[in-house]
Amino acid sequence: MSDRRALAALTARRIRELEDGGAHAFVEWSEAALLAQADAPASPAGGALAGETVAVKDNICDLTFRTTCCSRILEGWRSPFEATAVRRLRDAGALVAGKTNCDEFGMGSSTEFSCHGPTVNPCDSARVPGGSSGGSAAAVASGAVSMALGSETGGSVRQPAAFCGVVGIKPTYGRVSRYGLVAFGSSLDQIGTFGRDVEGAARLLAVISGRDPFDATSLDRDPLPPPGPAPVSLAGTVIGIPREYFGEGLHAGVAAGMRRAMDRLRALGAELRDVSLLHTKYAVPTYYIVAPAEASSNLARYDGVRYGRRVGEGAADVRALYRATRGSGFGPEVRRRILLGTYVLSAGFYDAYYGKAQGARERIGGDFTAVFAGGVHAVFTPTTPTPAFKLGENLSDPVAMYLSDIYVCTANLAGVPALSLPIGRDQGLPLGGQLIGPMEGEAEIIRIGQALEAVVGGAEEVR
Amino acid sequence: MSAPTVVPGGEAPAGGWETVIGLEVHVQLKTRTKMFCGCSSVFGDPPNTNVCPVCLGLPGALPAPNEQALRLAVRAAYGLGLTVHPRSIFARKNYFYPDLPKGYQISQHVEPLSTGGRLEIESPDRGPLTVGITRIHLEEDAAKSFHDKVPGMTAVDFNRSGVPLIEIVGEPDLRSPAEARAYLTALKQVLVYLEVSDCSMEEGSLRVDANVSVRPAGNAELRTRCEIKNLNSFANVERALVFERDRHIAVYVSGGTIEQRTMTFDAAKGEVRPVRSKEESHDYRYFPEPDIPPLVLTEAWLAAERGALPELPAAKRARFEKQHGLTRYEAGVLTAEREQADLYEMAVAKGGSPKSVATWMMNEVDRLQAVYKRVSSPEIARLTPRLSSAEVFVTAVAAVSQSVETGDLNRQGGRQLLEEIAAKPERLVESLAAGAPRAIAASLAKPLGILQISDAGEIEGWVREVLDVHAAQVARYKGGEEKLYGFLVGQVMKRSKGRADPKLVNAALVRVLKGTPGG
Repeated sequence: MSDRRALAALTARRIRELEDGGAHAFVEWSEAALLAQADAPASPAGGALAGETVAVKDNICDLTFRTTCCSRILEGWRSPFEATAVRRLRDAGALVAGKTNCDEFGMGSSTEFSCHGPTVNPCDSARVPGGSSGGSAAAVASGAVSMALGSETGGSVRQPAAFCGVVGIKPTYGRVSRYGLVAFGSSLDQIGTFGRDVEGAARLLAVISGRDPFDATSLDRDPLPPPGPAPVSLAGTVIGIPREYFGEGLHAGVAAGMRRAMDRLRALGAELRDVSLLHTKYAVPTYYIVAPAEASSNLARYDGVRYGRRVGEGAADVRALYRATRGSGFGPEVRRRILLGTYVLSAGFYDAYYGKAQGARERIGGDFTAVFAGGVHAVFTPTTPTPAFKLGENLSDPVAMYLSDIYVCTANLAGVPALSLPIGRDQGLPLGGQLIGPMEGEAEIIRIGQALEAVVGGAEEVR
Repeated sequence: MSAPTVVPGGEAPAGGWETVIGLEVHVQLKTRTKMFCGCSSVFGDPPNTNVCPVCLGLPGALPAPNEQALRLAVRAAYGLGLTVHPRSIFARKNYFYPDLPKGYQISQHVEPLSTGGRLEIESPDRGPLTVGITRIHLEEDAAKSFHDKVPGMTAVDFNRSGVPLIEIVGEPDLRSPAEARAYLTALKQVLVYLEVSDCSMEEGSLRVDANVSVRPAGNAELRTRCEIKNLNSFANVERALVFERDRHIAVYVSGGTIEQRTMTFDAAKGEVRPVRSKEESHDYRYFPEPDIPPLVLTEAWLAAERGALPELPAAKRARFEKQHGLTRYEAGVLTAEREQADLYEMAVAKGGSPKSVATWMMNEVDRLQAVYKRVSSPEIARLTPRLSSAEVFVTAVAAVSQSVETGDLNRQGGRQLLEEIAAKPERLVESLAAGAPRAIAASLAKPLGILQISDAGEIEGWVREVLDVHAAQVARYKGGEEKLYGFLVGQVMKRSKGRADPKLVNAALVRVLKGTPGG
């Protein structure tokens, strides 16, 4: 048996164990598909991802597996093309393990808003894995795969990475082609990567990064280089600690984890500097105008006319077909955001909402620009205000759910890169620390992340 | 200006009614591929064969703008005198319709590509007129719906989805339906000159929406307008506007009010009627297209495009008048199409009088078309590998024009020569070796025996013969029946087999008649 075939069989066994255990991280996978990939004419020997299995979030197009975005409206949809990111990781020698569960179209923070049912957190089966890329985070955390692709619109990679105790990277907007990523909030969407460690997530990111003529918003840059060895010292590195991220509502365990991680950064020789990101408090409201506005437009194409679900065949007119299809095809959170987005873009409200939000977004970006211009190499914050919450805990309170993204959505609004890495555990639950870098500063946060990861004790209890 | 329509029971304002018309014209750009993907944008392929994830709006697909479409849009903007903005943005225009696969059209809204232009037209009512152009922006076409192909259903052809368009928004400067038509004719001429579009209404590459309102003449204030869609020919634009103008006037005269509505023109019935109210009053929820960064054009790029503009019809016409001594009418006809204008100037460049060349090109359209068709056929093109078909053609034009001008041929002989070339183009090719156009014509005409006879003695001989034979008619002519003069000329020409120089025939006839008794 070839190495690739052995890897495929091993991965299949692990996924089966995970799924038999009720994790529900995957929405589609098969041993046959894994073995077929392993048997296919091998990709260039020694590809950057040879020997890796990668799980792919269900909102990223792939030719082997269906792409449903975990929505009834795309039931059974098989994309006729492959996302640029997926093609690149296959070309680098990786096996694609299958499609992972997520909140419908990426809208949610717990993977509970999936038409396929929720994913559970591998660290505590009573808790959510976070979201929306919860299936990808759980797949990596369980050890079933070594890496995964997720996507972010407002923290959907970093937040589940923190909840599941893995590393998640959201690159600079435009670093990774969005071609084949099903759109949610186009000006915020980015494909991100999960790994067991910073090096893994960064290696996957390097492979999928770089210009793509099929995405007009992709940066005209060569792919990122693969990560180097973890530095043993951070002497000369200035790390900003933004006071707005340590306010009311910060969980005591998270606060303890952050204090410990900051001590370790100092011990590595980094200079920690108190900084201010003044407009942070506007991030969540801004996000919940911009993202739904774009979503209301991006999701208009699911109308039952050309593909996917169609309800109301033979209806009196095409409007009745739209209503029946969309009304039954979209789940509650998607419907809520389409309504919200339609409202804020309506004639007479545009300036008060969308226009105002664009202004706030500029200020949030301006905060980061100013901090980095002042000599700070990266900003360090908690990834989430609390560890993973319980299944069902926030389902009936959308605002509480939205606030779990309070520390992560700023990087999406500003377009800057950020990563989350485990900084310890509280009562067994993983805690995430977040490094935010300047525009195109992935290498910097990866370098600092690798150094911190080596000394932080990510699996240890923090109090 | 429209005449006030008298409606029983109503009264027209003292100064009558003034019609106010503004046109929005959508023009498909002549690109090889679509606006945001690599699919062919050719017209007429089998339905749904030129499609891909992008123009079908499949999940995960993204638009990648076509640079050639941008170039053509900029060319149209410069050609119509607009200011092209170095930064413009695309926007999404959101609405649901089965032929709109993404649920939004990528267009431009605030910050369009270009604003503030003008078009010179010849108004049938007011003479030379400048019509303002508000803006030209880029957008993508929707797919095409067919409501008559499948009973009870709408069929959609996505070949048209994503074809690049410009929308040309005109100012409400037009004052009559005929003026609207003149504007469209001039606009089409400019766009075809610029090679921006084929502007074929049959193929849908030029589409017109017309906004119309009326007001008492002399009032500055605009009244409620209606927009007419589905106008499929320039003639129908005019018909629909007449209908709608008359409707507005009738409503006002009878004391009613006009409601702002979207109307559709039914060409079969020749009437304008409102579309179902469901299909109007959209809130398009425009917002900046997040999938496409702002369009930033450098000054150098814009300058290059501006510099590459061809001479436009109005300028060419003015130049033809001045440089070639043509009348405004002649210059207008010869510059109506760019290719025709180019051929004219090539023929003039071969020598001879520009006026004479113009006369031939304007009066012998059918014979010249036959010649052009033959000389541009592949078999003739093969015989003249170093010459373009246009070059061979204008040699024929110059040969005929110069030979008639110099008297080698009379007009009839010139026509016969063109017919000979159309019938046997290979003879023209053989005689090209003769060099100068007159020499070429002579070598072609000689075997045909059509060279003009200018021998005064020979002509006088025929005149005398005719007067002898037709003594009775001569006597009547001298008795006052002057129209018989033409008969006598005809008889002389007949004897010369049409070859006598008509001027010499005249001179001889007058002289000999004077010398004969009976006058």
